Amino acid sequence: MSLLELDNIVVEFPTRRGPLEAVKGLSLDLDEGEILGLVGESGAGKSITGAAITGLIEPPGLIRSGEVRLRGERIDNLPPEKMRRIRGKEIGAIFQDPLTSLNPVYTVGDQLIDTMRVHLGLDQKAARKRAVEWLAEVGIPAPETRLDQHPHQFSGGMRQRVVIALALCAEPKLIIADEPTTALDVSVQAQILALLKRLCRENGTAVVLVTHDMGVIAETADRVAVMYAGRLVEIGDVRQVIEDPLHPYTRGLMASIPQIGNRDRRLTQIEGAMPGLRNPAPGCAFAPRCPRAMDHCHSIRPVPQSAGTGQVACHIYGETQ
Amino acid sequence: MFAFLIRRIIQAALVMLVVASIAFLMFRFLGDPISNLLPEDATVQDRAEMREKMGLNDPVVVQYGRFIVDAAQGDFGQSYRNNRPVSDLLAERFPATAELVLVAASLALALGIPLGIYTALNPRGWLSQGLQVISLLGISVPTFVTGILLILVFSVSLGWLPSFGRGTVVDLGWWTTGFLTVSGLKALILPAIMLALFQMTLIMRLVRAEMLEVLRTDYIKFAKARGIPNRMLHFKYALKNTLIPVMTIFGLQLGGLIAFAIITETVFQWPGMGFLFIQAVNFTDVPVMAAYLVLVSFIFVVINTLVDLLYNVADPRLRAEKKPARGV
Ligand SMILES: Nc1ncnc2c1ncn2[C@@H]1O[C@H](COP(=O)(O)OP(=O)(O)OP(=O)(O)O)[C@@H](O)[C@H]1O
Ligand code: SF4
Ligand SMILES: [Mg+2]
Repeated sequence: MSLLELDNIVVEFPTRRGPLEAVKGLSLDLDEGEILGLVGESGAGKSITGAAITGLIEPPGLIRSGEVRLRGERIDNLPPEKMRRIRGKEIGAIFQDPLTSLNPVYTVGDQLIDTMRVHLGLDQKAARKRAVEWLAEVGIPAPETRLDQHPHQFSGGMRQRVVIALALCAEPKLIIADEPTTALDVSVQAQILALLKRLCRENGTAVVLVTHDMGVIAETADRVAVMYAGRLVEIGDVRQVIEDPLHPYTRGLMASIPQIGNRDRRLTQIEGAMPGLRNPAPGCAFAPRCPRAMDHCHSIRPVPQSAGTGQVACHIYGETQ
Repeated sequence: MFAFLIRRIIQAALVMLVVASIAFLMFRFLGDPISNLLPEDATVQDRAEMREKMGLNDPVVVQYGRFIVDAAQGDFGQSYRNNRPVSDLLAERFPATAELVLVAASLALALGIPLGIYTALNPRGWLSQGLQVISLLGISVPTFVTGILLILVFSVSLGWLPSFGRGTVVDLGWWTTGFLTVSGLKALILPAIMLALFQMTLIMRLVRAEMLEVLRTDYIKFAKARGIPNRMLHFKYALKNTLIPVMTIFGLQLGGLIAFAIITETVFQWPGMGFLFIQAVNFTDVPVMAAYLVLVSFIFVVINTLVDLLYNVADPRLRAEKKPARGV
């Protein structure tokens, strides 16, 4: 059984100008211990998908339809208190900005200890001991002293290490990491990702890694899911998606990665912009920008079909296969 | 921390010097002390002797120096009106003002903080919206109007509470208190409410705004994503962050409370320092006015300095200003 299943979820934000569907029917599965990269350009719905999994979509936004299942159990319709117990304990989250993710007026120890006491039923002393171990685990020197320091006494990279410890300390089986290194120095990014990857591998924790950075995906992920305008357009093994992308959008995305050694590091952006989420056109959302668009692309929406190592939603791989 | 302390104390001393200078100028420009102190039929001879005795013939600089030295020791001379040392008059009146301000401040905090938290946590509830409207009234209606309304309702119509004075007070030798008698406590209620109302609404709105702000921060969202229960999230993680700035502003307002007490004391004929000051103004009793000015400024400065120090202790970001973050 998969650890996590998203079954045709639709996330909607009621707005003054009518409802806005940020995620328009997305399905995917995640196995235990698997690292899934989630990519797509800004506004594609990556963060909202993550929030749908953790049950943290900000009201008045809501999951309009579809199901989120954890080990086969539906979790998208749980009462708030039940969902709270799952958060942190079963599903952890890491956010983008380590500088603002930690409570400035409590020591990192307090925050770790609280989290473990809430979920693991440890007493103060045991929780403190575990907290020291966690700081050591995420590579913070002198963890005993560091435990009683406040977040501002840590550098950005160190704070993100603390954030990782906080997200993992109640030993969740799944982590949603939403651009966990974007705010960090390039030199620190790789270390943090390596750390996250190592800890998750050791503990068998699955990860949904949201990022813009294909390099990060190539380094870290097992599979990649590509989102476009609230929908999944391609999902497959990391190697195949990077080296042999099938969907025209994914191809454009790969072409836009700066080549190592290439002097001109400007991104070859895909022409045009993602369409608005409101009043979507009937056909393929990528059609206006697609170099291979056909007539029926503008009127008939492609649905994900098996292709390559996973699935692709594109008419090129439609009926012919 | 120590350097900070020294710096703050020097700043405070400078502020007090400026205030004292203003007080000194009041002596020079508001009326002639001699005509205030001597009977109408005093001779020119008498006047000249008095001038000499009071040192009014000395150079201004000498007079100024003497004033500062005396003031620093709490000596502001004699009241023109009843020929008693000003310091005695103020010491007599101080407990009344202090008790009034203390009760009003406690009331404002005890109601303002919970109401602010409630309205922040239930922003859409009808009770919250009602409180918001009432608090807007509380901020915009002048305090003397609320005072008069309170008197009209509770003293005149219902006859439950006295409309003036302190009731029976108990003299402890160094302090007179209204806390120990029923009439003293009853007399406190209306003036304390009048004085507290503005501060309370202010605190409520401040706590609400701060808390809503804090609840939107990433660290609260992250704590929520870790499954921290709402109780802990609101009353531990969010509250401390909310209260640090609120307490700072409240501390700074405390001096304002003492100054505002002038209006309350006048409306309720409350025998405190503010009332004394208003009476002094009517008689151009400059020593009392000057002393009040200096004393209230002094309290202001002391409170502000203390608040600054406490803020430094409470907020770890400031406390460790000097210790740089260690590298990656
Ligand atoms: N609270 C909200 N109310 C209305 N619309 C929202 C809200 N939050 C997000 N959206 C919309 O949902 C869409 C998807 O947002 P999301 O944050 O998931 O994008 P993303 O893929 O994470 O982009 P980025 O890479 O910039 O983080 C956006 O177009 C945004 O306009
Ligand atoms: S469906 Fe048509 S328009 Fe859409 S990506 Fe495929 S080829 Fe391009
Ligand atoms: Mg995002």
